[in-house]
Amino acid sequence: MTEEERQKIEDLAKEARAEILKMICRADSGHPGGSLSIVDVLAVLYGLKLRHRPAEPKWPERDRFVLSKGHAAPALYATLALTGYFDRKLLETLRELDSSLQGHPDMNKTPGLDFSTGSLGQGLSVGCGMALAAQIDDQKHQTYVFVGDGELQEGQNWEALMFANQHKLSNLTLIVDDNGMQLEGPTENITDLGDIGEKLTNFGWNVLEIDGHNLEQIEEAIESAQSSREPTAVVANTVKGKGISFIETANEYHGKPLSERELLKSLKELKK
Amino acid sequence: MTEINKKSLRGAFGETLLEIAEEVPDLIVLGGDLTKSTKVDAFAERYPERFFNAGIAEQNMIGVAAGLAASGKISLAASFAVFITSRANEQVRAAVALPNLNVKLVGTHAGLSASQDGSSHQSVEDMALMRALPNMTVLAPASAHETKLATRAMVEHKGPVYMRLPRHEVTDVVELSGKKEFVIGQGDQLLTGDDVTIVACGTMTAEAIAVAKMLAAKNVKADVLNMATIKPLDEKLLIESAQKTGKVVTIEDHTIIGGLGGAVAEALSRNQPTPLKSFGINDEFGESGRTEDLYNARGLTADKLTPEILKFINK
Repeated sequence: MTEEERQKIEDLAKEARAEILKMICRADSGHPGGSLSIVDVLAVLYGLKLRHRPAEPKWPERDRFVLSKGHAAPALYATLALTGYFDRKLLETLRELDSSLQGHPDMNKTPGLDFSTGSLGQGLSVGCGMALAAQIDDQKHQTYVFVGDGELQEGQNWEALMFANQHKLSNLTLIVDDNGMQLEGPTENITDLGDIGEKLTNFGWNVLEIDGHNLEQIEEAIESAQSSREPTAVVANTVKGKGISFIETANEYHGKPLSERELLKSLKELKK
Repeated sequence: MTEINKKSLRGAFGETLLEIAEEVPDLIVLGGDLTKSTKVDAFAERYPERFFNAGIAEQNMIGVAAGLAASGKISLAASFAVFITSRANEQVRAAVALPNLNVKLVGTHAGLSASQDGSSHQSVEDMALMRALPNMTVLAPASAHETKLATRAMVEHKGPVYMRLPRHEVTDVVELSGKKEFVIGQGDQLLTGDDVTIVACGTMTAEAIAVAKMLAAKNVKADVLNMATIKPLDEKLLIESAQKTGKVVTIEDHTIIGGLGGAVAEALSRNQPTPLKSFGINDEFGESGRTEDLYNARGLTADKLTPEILKFINK
């Protein structure tokens, strides 16, 4: 990426982080930790790599994106608003009655959402269906599915991994937000996923392991995924709560909103 | 029950898929290692580019069907009723019903008709599970002829549909009635009478006709309603008949909780409170046995039903 692009993506990510914290604080409900860990990947996708038309969200040739870890919806909503899908003011309505921004993504309510999620472990199967549809119709667009590492404890993912390999869905890219944490603690203390990259390799996938906050590495992985003959999995090593020091070190912010004081402190830290 | 004209509903479903394949190029079929059992094998052979075997992984199969539908396809997933509605229940809820996608679910070997495979394979609760889901349409055609019509209607309908089919062959009472078109949400009056209303669906519609004949021999005339759409229920037809007869009976190869009996009870109690007797499976799982033996053991044959219905209407 050029220096100019880099600056643009950095700014997008920084602004998205601020919007996430503001909207969750305002709603007094939501998931800050897992939203912050996916911001940089979303910024590279929506700011640089996705073929999409924010003014025409249903453009048939667009790349598809499924946020399987639906509780990170604030990160996606912020990214969509900042890239022109809808008015930023809408972010103030997160999780309120009659809002188009539901607690978990609803494809029939929010422009730019390709699927409804929230119940964990289902996005990859849906992505398989989308990639298969593109393959049947010989369409060139890519399908991206973003899952959390904790979510990989759901068995359906492993059914989908086999399906994608069986049907050679090379137009499908799985991104794992490997932040090592889940609601009740480190994944390794709850149901250890072991070496995720090795497991995915054994399932026949092309696996890339990257620093999920390094913009260049994210960009390279997305590009390399497109030329793979196998479905590609990008294992993005991330930090839950990335960007805000006190959230990074306290897993209680998995699903706990920020107080006004914590919000001000966070926004100040982002300005540094 | 008369033995003539018995036909396979599953077979009719499979044949219809082949018939409509050219008219509906967006139709994509998914199977789960039960391609032959669910009778989608002929479609799979003829249209390999439009058929995918998802293997023994129903949860993923439903997700794939949802992703296809979100990309503009009409996806149809077929498996045993128990696996598609129970095993993958939350996938149907979250990825199909909630986003209201154009996915068709076909569950065969429904109810006790899974017979000798026993209770693990007998879905006595599939209609209740699917009926409770918002956006979901639930169909239980009564015969091969009606299955042909219902399959077309299901594919033409925009939105999620669940259709249940039995394993065994059934007398085609619907073909005999001359039904030409399947309109989702419309029941059929197969016989007319003033003394009692008999509402049935699926394999039990043929049994209801047999019951009506036995009742007629006792000079009791029954209105027989075939409710092949469980949801949305044809309340108008039901209520008009209940107003006329004042007594309603339901018969289904399914638990009497939440299926046809449940739907009829809800509709009547809200609109036209009427004495009601529900025949079906009484809040228990099935067991192994031949289909006719199972139906007999559960009192779901005309011979067993008729005296019970006579008792009910005479009080």
